Amino acid sequence: MKTFDYVRPTTISGAIAAAAEPGAAYLASGTNLLDLMKGGIARPNRLVDVTRLPGLDRIERLPDGGIRIGALVRNADLAHDADFAKSYPAVAEALLSGASAQLRNAATVGGNLLQRTRCGYFYDPASACNKREPGAGCDARDGENRLHAVLGWSEACIATHPSDFCVPLVALDAVVEIEGRTGRREVAVETLHRLPGDTPERESALEPGDLIVALRLPSEARAFAQHARYLKVRERTSYAFAVVSAAAALRIEQGTIRDARLALGGVAAKPWRARPAEDILAGASPDPAVFRRAAMAALVDAKPSGDNQFKIELAQRILVRALMLAAAGTPQRIPALPASPFSSVPGALHHA
Amino acid sequence: MNLSIGLTVNGVRRDVELEDPRVTLLDLLRERLHLTGTKKGCDRGQCGACTVLVDGRRINSCLALAVSHDGADILTIEGVARGDQLHPVQAAFIAHDGLQCGFCTPGQIMSAIGLIREGQAGDDPERVREGMSGNLCRCGAYSGITEAVLDAQVIVSLVEADQRRTA
Repeated sequence: MKTFDYVRPTTISGAIAAAAEPGAAYLASGTNLLDLMKGGIARPNRLVDVTRLPGLDRIERLPDGGIRIGALVRNADLAHDADFAKSYPAVAEALLSGASAQLRNAATVGGNLLQRTRCGYFYDPASACNKREPGAGCDARDGENRLHAVLGWSEACIATHPSDFCVPLVALDAVVEIEGRTGRREVAVETLHRLPGDTPERESALEPGDLIVALRLPSEARAFAQHARYLKVRERTSYAFAVVSAAAALRIEQGTIRDARLALGGVAAKPWRARPAEDILAGASPDPAVFRRAAMAALVDAKPSGDNQFKIELAQRILVRALMLAAAGTPQRIPALPASPFSSVPGALHHA
Repeated sequence: MNLSIGLTVNGVRRDVELEDPRVTLLDLLRERLHLTGTKKGCDRGQCGACTVLVDGRRINSCLALAVSHDGADILTIEGVARGDQLHPVQAAFIAHDGLQCGFCTPGQIMSAIGLIREGQAGDDPERVREGMSGNLCRCGAYSGITEAVLDAQVIVSLVEADQRRTA
């Protein structure tokens, strides 16, 4: 690990000033950043420790019925907050399907939003990676790429965004509050992350010094609480990133879907909102044929970036399963294996 | 750059001068305080061997910068027994053969203590396995580990109930 200066500001304005310098990076819990620094992938000259900034560790119910979550709230605390889990169950389930209990105890809301891709070539300094070193090329294009993107990728980069948390956030129109050199602004989580295009090194809408201070979910998102699930296929039962995941949220009245929210994870450089599929679902009855049609619409623009043709069919099946589970109703308690499509009972079809 | 931090480690106040901000909490415990019970497995947050409790919560100490934890209260495997009396989780690991080579065991035990404090798993073995999935065991002692955690949880709750009665 390259050495660095360490500063621990006590005000947000002090943090922004310290982090706006070239080569500076914010440190919250560091569960992703320290890993990247140990591997020589991130090489900041200065770490600006934001963990002692006041007022960023609260979960607040807003007067308009929405919820505001401070950027330093830990993933585990958010997932286990009773009001939050009841109101936004797919978000809680996504949080609990990510990482391990130790990491969820440490990792923050802001850090999760900004975690980097898990592309193996990005993580290997001996490989060419346009994201790590613009213009270097992309060894993933002709490499081991069965887990790479099928939507929104470019010749420059086929990496995926690894977050579970962000998938239902995008589906439910979450917004981040950002403090920067020019004041405070708001950005929808859907536009926070960028597709690679010709500049895969630019991963988000953040400018130097920008600090995410809070995340908000609108009160309208509560309307889906009765029919909301997150489903995630992994290569092992627990403690693994998604091969493909889906968040599905429905508002059902008298047997008809009034409103639907859908997003996919593990398929693109950003959490992928599936609006064409939502349009098909609105006004339809919740049955498997409609779900299949919606899933096909969600993936209509997908194309393999390598040995990952299977992810297109897999994503459709996971969307259908997520919709079926959402239509069946949010379980009273998050299942023992959160977001898992697999049963712990051998041979049984899982409908957790 | 000289950075001085203060920590409470296993109930004892420790003041440490750091010449370098790169020191992880894991390396501080092992190299500076010579508490080598906490193990360095992968050093990248993937194996759980370095698990300790920080302010009562289990975390991976390899992915924690020591300097960022100034003022924290740390509990390591060296601090869980009372003299010769093992912690109920330690005793349960022995009783259920929840180990073979023992390298992952301090992390497993600290993680289990954290899991029991979190109170989310109850008596469901599937929830215990899921809650312990951040701790790898290359010897594959998982079935004994699950039994040990379930058993220890009952004993810890009995001990706590007893303490409440006598308090």
